[in-house]
Amino acid sequence: MLATADVVSALQSKFPSLAPRTSADHAAVKVAAAEAPALLRTLRDEMQFDFLCDLTAIDWSAEASPRFTVVWHLFSTAKSEYVRVTADCLDDAKPAMASVVSLWPGANWHERECFDMFGIVFEGHPDLRRILMWDGYPYHPLRKEFPLAGLPTDLPDAEISAEIPTKAISAPMAGGPFVASSGEMNLTEAEPRAKDESWNERREKPNT
Amino acid sequence: MVSPNTELAYNSKIEGDVIVSRLDAVVNWIRTNSMWPMPMGLACCAIELMGVAASRFDIARFGAEVMRFSPRQADCMIVAGTVTYKMAPQVRRIYDQMPSPKWVIAMGACASTGGMYRSYATLQGVDRIVPVDVYVSGCPPRPEALLDALVKLQEKVKREPGAKQLFKPRA
Repeated sequence: MLATADVVSALQSKFPSLAPRTSADHAAVKVAAAEAPALLRTLRDEMQFDFLCDLTAIDWSAEASPRFTVVWHLFSTAKSEYVRVTADCLDDAKPAMASVVSLWPGANWHERECFDMFGIVFEGHPDLRRILMWDGYPYHPLRKEFPLAGLPTDLPDAEISAEIPTKAISAPMAGGPFVASSGEMNLTEAEPRAKDESWNERREKPNT
Repeated sequence: MVSPNTELAYNSKIEGDVIVSRLDAVVNWIRTNSMWPMPMGLACCAIELMGVAASRFDIARFGAEVMRFSPRQADCMIVAGTVTYKMAPQVRRIYDQMPSPKWVIAMGACASTGGMYRSYATLQGVDRIVPVDVYVSGCPPRPEALLDALVKLQEKVKREPGAKQLFKPRA
């Protein structure tokens, strides 16, 4: 495994903002947003990290600054090594990051998903549309302030909305997310159930 | 001299090709035993739906083996799977394209109530967009459960006054 120190020392001279990042498994580095595309290109062209495994983002919280961090997971098919690169988005309200579709065409849908879920605009992306939620959906569901149950919105199709009154509603959570228990218990007890069963749609959630 | 007629049952030699019955009974008999499903397979329930159509469970025994992928030729939409909000208008549109009379079976927990997907992306029960006749519990339901739902739907159709359907307002 390529030690983090090696990656940092190899690239430190070229990228002054490069810093090691705490990692439980693979080499991980943090870099300034402005230097991220050049660093990724160097990793691809000079250090044989030819495969983009994953591209995702982190929302630290609505109050945090910097709020959004974009994460790239690279793999070297020649060396069988991974490296993780992260970069903070400069703007917390309108996060943006340079697109890497020109480096790895596979980044296309990852960046669309990232844009859909977090609202991070990938500059230079050839076709930055929502990929999971429908066009015109007003929220970015993986942001911290967005509730799992969702917020009321209109259905995607205006023609159908004119015909039926149904709208997208906040899902009734009745005790919060459903969790499956595992371990040595019978299957009936291991069924997914609400964490807190003291309230439901009819009985209000007690104020705690 | 008139010979006494001892025939008690229908005799085609005497009466010709004539059957007397109620129109509702005949129409419902036809509808009941040739209910062509529209397989609205959206998730894992669709796999069970395929099992229902295959030889072991054989939905053909109930006259519903003609899965029609064109809504124009279907009578009964089987919503098998999780309906997302993104898919919901399409489900409704396909329902609208089916000719009346038409029925809907909500197969499985997700189609019936949203199931375990209590989230921003999932329609909380397909009855919010189309009128459902039969709900099937299970995640996914056993094929027998869907056959039972079909039989229940057939019983419902048998009781329907046929003329009422002619004047049924567009749902």
